[in-house]
Amino acid sequence: MAEEVKVLRTWSSPFALRIVWALKLKGVEYETILEDLSSKSPLLVQYNPVYKKVPVLVHNGKAMAESLLILEYIDETWKQKYPLLPEDPYERARARFWAKFSDDKVLPSIWDAFTTQGKEQEEAIMPVMENLKLLEEELRGKKFFSGETIGFLDLALGWLANLVSMFEEITGLKMIDEETFPLLVAWIHDFSHVPLIQETWPPRDRMLTKFRAMREPYLAAARNHLPK
Amino acid sequence: MAKSDVKVLGAWPSPFVMRPRIALNVKHVDYEFLEETMGSKSQLLLQSNPVHKKIPVLIHADKPICESLVIVQYIDEVWTSGPSILPSDPYDRAVARFWAAYIDDKWFPSMSGIARAQGEEAKQAAIGQVEEGLVLLEEAFGKCSKGKPFFGGDRIGYLDIALGCFLGWLRATEKMNGVKLLDEAKNPGLCGWAERFCSNGAVKDVMPETDKLVEFAKMLFAKFKAPAST
Repeated sequence: MAEEVKVLRTWSSPFALRIVWALKLKGVEYETILEDLSSKSPLLVQYNPVYKKVPVLVHNGKAMAESLLILEYIDETWKQKYPLLPEDPYERARARFWAKFSDDKVLPSIWDAFTTQGKEQEEAIMPVMENLKLLEEELRGKKFFSGETIGFLDLALGWLANLVSMFEEITGLKMIDEETFPLLVAWIHDFSHVPLIQETWPPRDRMLTKFRAMREPYLAAARNHLPK
Repeated sequence: MAKSDVKVLGAWPSPFVMRPRIALNVKHVDYEFLEETMGSKSQLLLQSNPVHKKIPVLIHADKPICESLVIVQYIDEVWTSGPSILPSDPYDRAVARFWAAYIDDKWFPSMSGIARAQGEEAKQAAIGQVEEGLVLLEEAFGKCSKGKPFFGGDRIGYLDIALGCFLGWLRATEKMNGVKLLDEAKNPGLCGWAERFCSNGAVKDVMPETDKLVEFAKMLFAKFKAPAST
């Protein structure tokens, strides 16, 4: 059966990486279509008219958007190899709950801390610490969020393993330190060293340049509001 | 199954709380509805949802499940002998989940934006956003229902529940602002669907009356405009 699987993504999108990881874990062949979000292709607009964002998965001509639900689609379609979500409904609910927490709370709080300075940043770091503490608790007694091997929730939280150290380098602010978050630090190490994951990290230098550039307008705006 | 084995923590005005209640009704599962008091959070709620401290929470055999759409999926996966809530085809499921997420991330916030709008111009802009969303949802209804009565086909399903729970508040918003949001001319499919949804057996006992919601909203506004008290 000829399966046609395409992934519309950018070179840097952490959300698109989730899809790449899932497809690789399942051994699914796919074609990458690289997008430039500053000049969106007609294909992207056609496949994701509501948000015009990446990633988009196109399977035999059917397009879908939103990375977490694409992960569920991948899990339900390629069932034979490497289940991503657990079997038990209660554990599945927990995985979905924490994946949502990642995107609704953790990421925005870390972004706020990344894009602020001084007093504002001190205030922004507090919810980050609270959110990270909850994730630390979730890891108790487990190697990965999904258990002995990586699964849905690790893929959902994988962006932490990639982006946080970069944000720390750019801002000089330590967010995930070994003393406070020993389990998270261990998880970041173990997750990053899964060969499949390691080979997909986008080039670090390029990412650092990109995020420094993304941070600049926020800092400039803050400077313009400061009284002389 | 003993009635007390399944509990829903919630409050009657909350559209999010309606979702698990409708889902349990679809599955013909008895449950105990534990109503939270306005303005205070019970110990049970704080214990069951320590992360967000929000309703709804489903407590099943003493295990808490939080986040309304996560709960609905849980209900679908546990009570498999009842009618299915999510579609069976993985692509249809992805589409249903997409629109449900759109409703929570974009459409419902635009609707609550109407109440928050300061001044007539802002209000009109907010109303415009809601109407644009309804045009998208009308199109989604056409594609998902494929000519049948509901997003889920012959029976109400995940996306019906995700959107339908807001119909009470939609009508209340129309009444309080003197506007027609769901319009027969612009959204004929959704108008017919809305009536069918509200009169559905799994829905009608948990959908609050529009007038009661208007009263409740007025009380909320009065409370927020009053001088702060603990």
